[in-house]
Amino acid sequence: MVVRLDKLGVVTALITGYAVAGAPFATFRANRIVAGEPQTLLAALPSWAGPTLLTIVALAVIIGLFRTPSTLRLAASFAALAALFLLIGTAAEHLTPPGNTYARVSPASGFWLLLFAFALLAADSLTRLRPTPLIRILVLILAGAFIGSVLVSGSWDKLSILKEYSARADNFWAEASKHVTLALGSLAAAVIIGIPLGILCHRVQKLRAAVLNVLNIVQTIPSIALFGIMIAPLGWIAANVPGAAEIGIKGIGMAPAFVALFLYSLLPVVANTVVGLAGVPAQANDAARGVGMTERQRLFRVEFPLAFPVILTGVRIVLVQNIGLATIAALIGGGGFGVFVFQGIGQTAMDLVLLGAVPTVLLAFAAAIILDAAVELSSPAHSRTSA
Amino acid sequence: MIEIENITKRYGAATVVNNVSLVVEPRTVTVIVGTSGSGKTTLMRMINRLVEPTSGIIKLDGEDNRTLPGYELRRRIGYAIQGHGLFPHRTVAQNIAVVPELLSWDKARIDGRVSELLSLFQLDPETFGPRYPHELSGGQQQRIGVARALAAEPNVLLMDEPFGALDPVIRSKAQEDLLAIQKRFGTTIILVTHDMEEAIHLGHKIAVMDGGNLLQYATPAEILANPATDFVATLVGTGDRPFRFLSLSPAGDAVEPGNAEGEAIPASATQRDALAELLWSGRPALPVVNDAGKAIGRVTVEGLVKRASRPAA
Repeated sequence: MVVRLDKLGVVTALITGYAVAGAPFATFRANRIVAGEPQTLLAALPSWAGPTLLTIVALAVIIGLFRTPSTLRLAASFAALAALFLLIGTAAEHLTPPGNTYARVSPASGFWLLLFAFALLAADSLTRLRPTPLIRILVLILAGAFIGSVLVSGSWDKLSILKEYSARADNFWAEASKHVTLALGSLAAAVIIGIPLGILCHRVQKLRAAVLNVLNIVQTIPSIALFGIMIAPLGWIAANVPGAAEIGIKGIGMAPAFVALFLYSLLPVVANTVVGLAGVPAQANDAARGVGMTERQRLFRVEFPLAFPVILTGVRIVLVQNIGLATIAALIGGGGFGVFVFQGIGQTAMDLVLLGAVPTVLLAFAAAIILDAAVELSSPAHSRTSA
Repeated sequence: MIEIENITKRYGAATVVNNVSLVVEPRTVTVIVGTSGSGKTTLMRMINRLVEPTSGIIKLDGEDNRTLPGYELRRRIGYAIQGHGLFPHRTVAQNIAVVPELLSWDKARIDGRVSELLSLFQLDPETFGPRYPHELSGGQQQRIGVARALAAEPNVLLMDEPFGALDPVIRSKAQEDLLAIQKRFGTTIILVTHDMEEAIHLGHKIAVMDGGNLLQYATPAEILANPATDFVATLVGTGDRPFRFLSLSPAGDAVEPGNAEGEAIPASATQRDALAELLWSGRPALPVVNDAGKAIGRVTVEGLVKRASRPAA
């Protein structure tokens, strides 16, 4: 009998092999900025937990290695991920000497590699199952609930990233809300301005090339340069326009960050609106005019609904891009998760960098999944095909 | 009645429709036939003002078609196009309801009309109403396209190559359906096609266009018998001419007294079908039966061949 291996399973197995045998699972440091001592998986975990984790990981690797049913692969990779999440907290508990509040335990490369390998396996098997958009959102909610309950349960409290968090819990939520406000607010502004601009570009051929070229150029300006460019005009507005300073407009801070994110957001929104409208079937447009729709009725009843999935794809690009880019806002005092990233870099405290980076990545990831599902749900081809 | 008077359409230096005049009688089917680029579609689109003429007047029942805003005019005129042009994001029922909704009919009246039309086109309203266009076959999509055009009970129906995307079997069924519906509602239909066969089959009158000019506007029999130009003759196809001529009249008109052996042919079948059957079965004569199935006489090869010859001018 020929045993057939799964390609992705082989990759998972190789990564896992290296992560377990050649890379440290966790790092122990006497305080938050000294160099750490790497700990192997068996050394980092209590005597009962190490072999348990190894067994679960080995089983998941074997299931992934061969051509097994997708549901089994999904269950195995989720089990491995859950074990990893739970036991990294146990490792922190185990490595921290009792009563020591200075010592720091953080996940090391082995942990991250294992996380990567099984996330890959999980994503692959989930894709093969072709879940409906609503199921994908449900999986996201369940994963969020799982991580949330681990956080609430306190089993990660000894992990360095949560120690950084508990030291600045109030700050964290304030910056989180600033981050979300920046990302969503600039997106909303870009949608409000960009969609009408896209419709205008669609109708007026001459305008199209000009607008898209300008937006393309804006897109190529590095963000730091864009902040610099805006200090002078926004500063002038703050000084000379009555009321501007009161609503928070000034050369540095949230205003220029907001404007920069808005400018970066315009291109995908406008371009996708133009592409979406151009993709409306000529026959549908002809029929719309032929049955006696006015130009406005044709726009709102035929063109816009048909272009909507493509426009929504532009919104998805912008949202994910903005959640990432908003970290840069911290450079000019705009707040957001970037505050922790730059503080952490300044203090060479990688745990603090992670406190800013991990929520940003999770937020972007969740936004991508939710909007992908929305795009699929809004496509006419999807509507009730299977019903 | 549709009166097209000296209509010309130019795009820059190109004249697409050149000084065309013709009168379409009410409750008839007029087919505009021509090759691509002949201006036939442009001519039709000027009737509901999807294209505005450069000069000339089009009157509908005596009234200039520019007295109403274009969109209001179009709501009164049915419009069906090749490849159906259904809105992919609307269900079948919503597609059919488009014009009645634009005209602000009340919901009960719209629902009633949608069910009526679906039944008329032999589609179960319960089954097909909630479906999306991409879930239908080509023939079903085409029927919905025509149903949408008829939804607001227009007196005039414009059709641009409505059967162009259908396979031959479904096409001839769709043509029969259209003729039946035209009889039932008395709709004035103007249909654009490049297919002379279709034009002869459907049209009470045929307008032949080439290079923006109207070459001939006459009944199918007249066009077959006396093509105005060589181009019209080419379009008719000299080889098929006698058979096309026979296809214009029912077998009932060619009945001679007497009996014949073998399977009978209904009086409503065309003389062309009757001749084909005679030739194929190798018989000299066929019995003809009326709608009730009663024998009314026979058709003979000799009699039909005589009828297929060019009528005296």
